Amino acid sequence: MQDFAQSFYLAFQLVASANPDLVEIVLLSLKVSLSAVFLSVLIGLPLGAAIGVARFPGRNAVIVLVNSLMGLPPVVVGLLVYLALSNAGPFGWMRLLYSPAAMIIAQTVLITPIVAALTREIVEQLNDEYAEYFRSLCLPRHRALAAYLWDARFNLLTVGLAGFGRAVAEVGAVIVVGGNIDHLTRVMTTAIALETSKGDLALALALGLVLMVIALSVNALVMMMRGTATRTAYA
Amino acid sequence: MANLLPLVVRDLGYAVRDTVLLRDVNFTVKSPGVTVVMGPNGAGKSLLLRLLHGLLAPSRGSVTWGGAPPDDAVRRRQAMMAQRPVLLRRSVRANMDFVLSLREIEDRRGTCDALLERVGLLPFAARPARRLSGGEQQRLALARALAQGPEVLFMDEPASSLDPASTATIESVVRELKHAGTKVVLVTHDAAQARRLAEDVVFLHRGTLTEQASAERFFERPSSEAARQYLAGGLVI
Ligand SMILES: Nc1ncnc2c1ncn2[C@@H]1O[C@H](COP(=O)(O)OP(=O)(O)OP(=O)(O)O)[C@@H](O)[C@H]1O
Ligand SMILES: [Mg+2]
Repeated sequence: MQDFAQSFYLAFQLVASANPDLVEIVLLSLKVSLSAVFLSVLIGLPLGAAIGVARFPGRNAVIVLVNSLMGLPPVVVGLLVYLALSNAGPFGWMRLLYSPAAMIIAQTVLITPIVAALTREIVEQLNDEYAEYFRSLCLPRHRALAAYLWDARFNLLTVGLAGFGRAVAEVGAVIVVGGNIDHLTRVMTTAIALETSKGDLALALALGLVLMVIALSVNALVMMMRGTATRTAYA
Repeated sequence: MANLLPLVVRDLGYAVRDTVLLRDVNFTVKSPGVTVVMGPNGAGKSLLLRLLHGLLAPSRGSVTWGGAPPDDAVRRRQAMMAQRPVLLRRSVRANMDFVLSLREIEDRRGTCDALLERVGLLPFAARPARRLSGGEQQRLALARALAQGPEVLFMDEPASSLDPASTATIESVVRELKHAGTKVVLVTHDAAQARRLAEDVVFLHRGTLTEQASAERFFERPSSEAARQYLAGGLVI
């Protein structure tokens, strides 16, 4: 019990004094996860929107596939990306394994399906509602898509936040492809796992605190956005 | 550009899977002015309008405007006020701008303001369109349809939630359109309104056209039993 209180005390101290190791780990975490969100929005948003409005044979199968990919276990994603990036793999020549780039790739693979699936649902709903009016206007396809994305902007922002929340909190993918190398690929979740097993509970707790604050802020932001959207009836 | 009239409807039928919703509809409209479509709930009036505007493809028969089917080229010259208007998740003004931006108009702002003024919505320009009341939404739908500058305007129960003053506004807009040579196809359950506006009347009952007549004839001596009962306020099923 003494240990426990002691660890908490030390953890708060680490956070309060902005311990350089801690800050480095937090910053790398944010860098990796934000980059992954950026990339998955770049890929997943147009992809999801396209599936949402297009009608083609096999569409339902594609939707089922994307929806199931949402639930991919992070370690499995890590393993697949590891295989692709390892020396024997197709992208081995890029020598990316155990680098932040590999971690960004793994998280991008992990959350792109989430962004695509949620975007698909949002855009499809709008399409069901707007399609006949747009047909009446003879609206060109690209303008219709732009209108969907614009009118769904609040909901799409929350999709990005959901992706970020998942990326920053996962440990399986980054530990497999990043290797949790000190000062190079150590992020919050992998550091927590390691420090806990080493018995350095203070650093683990400090990182856990930061992670929780980030998760809470993301959720608070989502709630606020929902609120704004419904208040202004733009949602 | 070729004239959109006459509108010729030949053996028109529409079915969803095995359910026939419209069958053997034949009529021709040669003159501009107001054609009113009447009939009890579920008769197929809204379906007919969507078929005429090319939003639905007929299961049988054809619709032609000046000889051409309602493809993009024809539809672009028409506008539709749907029974339940679909408003974008934007402000009133942005809903107008969305339509106006599709046309080449010099003074977009001025045109928008004038149209909103016409339907009494100028003070609401900055409001989210979906926060408007039912009647205000219908008025916005009218202004937005007018913004398309259509040669043919479909109006599906445009005054169903309007107060007397707004109904009068809509009717005066319809009269102006008529004088400007715009063809109006109007669905209404309000016989008095139909009498005031219609040149001719098309009556639908259970997916079939039971009569087409000049407004005068239709309201004096309706030839079908269904229309007689409908006008007398009897339950027509
Ligand atoms: N997609 C559809 N599938 C099955 N039935 C449909 C479909 N669309 C319309 N119907 C049916 O077709 C009939 C005609 O519908 P429509 O909307 O044209 O009626 P309406 O004459 O406009 O009635 P109202 O006066 O209530 O507006 C209704 O009974 C409706 O339930
Ligand atoms: Mg109807």
